[in-house]
Amino acid sequence: MTSPTLSQRLANPTRFLAIVRWLLPALAVVAALTIAVGLYMAFFVAPVDYQQGQTVRIMFIHVPAAWLAMLGYAMIAISSFGLLVFRHPLADVSAKAAAPIGAAFTALALVTGSLWGKPMWGTYWVWDARLTSVLILFFLYLGLIALRSSLDDETLAGKLTAILAIVGVVILPFIKISVEGLSIPWLGINIPSWNTLHQPSSVLRADGPKIHSSILIPLLVNAVGFSLLFFAMHMKAMKNEILRRRVAALTRAAVERAEREGARIPAGAGAA
Amino acid sequence: MIDLGKHAVFIWASYGATTVVLAGLVAWLIADGRRLERALRDLEARGVRRRSDGG
Repeated sequence: MTSPTLSQRLANPTRFLAIVRWLLPALAVVAALTIAVGLYMAFFVAPVDYQQGQTVRIMFIHVPAAWLAMLGYAMIAISSFGLLVFRHPLADVSAKAAAPIGAAFTALALVTGSLWGKPMWGTYWVWDARLTSVLILFFLYLGLIALRSSLDDETLAGKLTAILAIVGVVILPFIKISVEGLSIPWLGINIPSWNTLHQPSSVLRADGPKIHSSILIPLLVNAVGFSLLFFAMHMKAMKNEILRRRVAALTRAAVERAEREGARIPAGAGAA
Repeated sequence: MIDLGKHAVFIWASYGATTVVLAGLVAWLIADGRRLERALRDLEARGVRRRSDGG
């Protein structure tokens, strides 16, 4: 088992920064190269879709953005659990760092989906279950960011934001079920899909992917590339957050020292 | 420029929005990191130490 040792090693912020120093540049370079290959395949290798024509090219960013919107929230929820249950010293840093990045990918999923909907569905937006549930996910991200920034006490802000994040995780199965429904016969669960224009997943299916490999492979390359970019940005944001907390701690120490010295001089001067 | 057909404007707008948002995020992360590293160096140059540094 290497995972407990890895998480123990990562638990120390100083050691985390040492790992980030070599891992982050490597990750950033691999992410950039993978995205470059993915975009080349998206425009020059993938054929046009017989129904969607050229607009199928929007899929190569829309689908990874939507996956990462949900992955980002899942990471925040897991980090929040790690903070509340295990008091992992980096869990709160991870949750805080992931929020703006996840929100950005959620916004991109909504915008690119809207730009794809107009030529294919004839409308930029419908209030159906899939689009609405992803919009709620976006508002949840904004709620996490707003709640944290409204509290000066960093420890309290971390705990309250973690509770909201865990409560909000219910949106993730809702997003999935909104289009595909959920049927688990041996548990007696049978949720029909909601009325939606959105198509079900063509990749993550029980019966295997339903897209031709000429489009599936470019999609997977882009998904891996954007995921690596997500992890690189998350790592950088975590590093920034650790530095921000050090700066805050040192500033407090400097203020305390100045107050001690400031208090001593007038007292001495008064006695003399 | 490659021909993307009659819906080209939607495709370019999608890729344009993605480029702007992700490049903006990366630029913000780098600028924020530089600002924090400078602040940390300034504080350390003034001789401020954390208790855990043993100073």
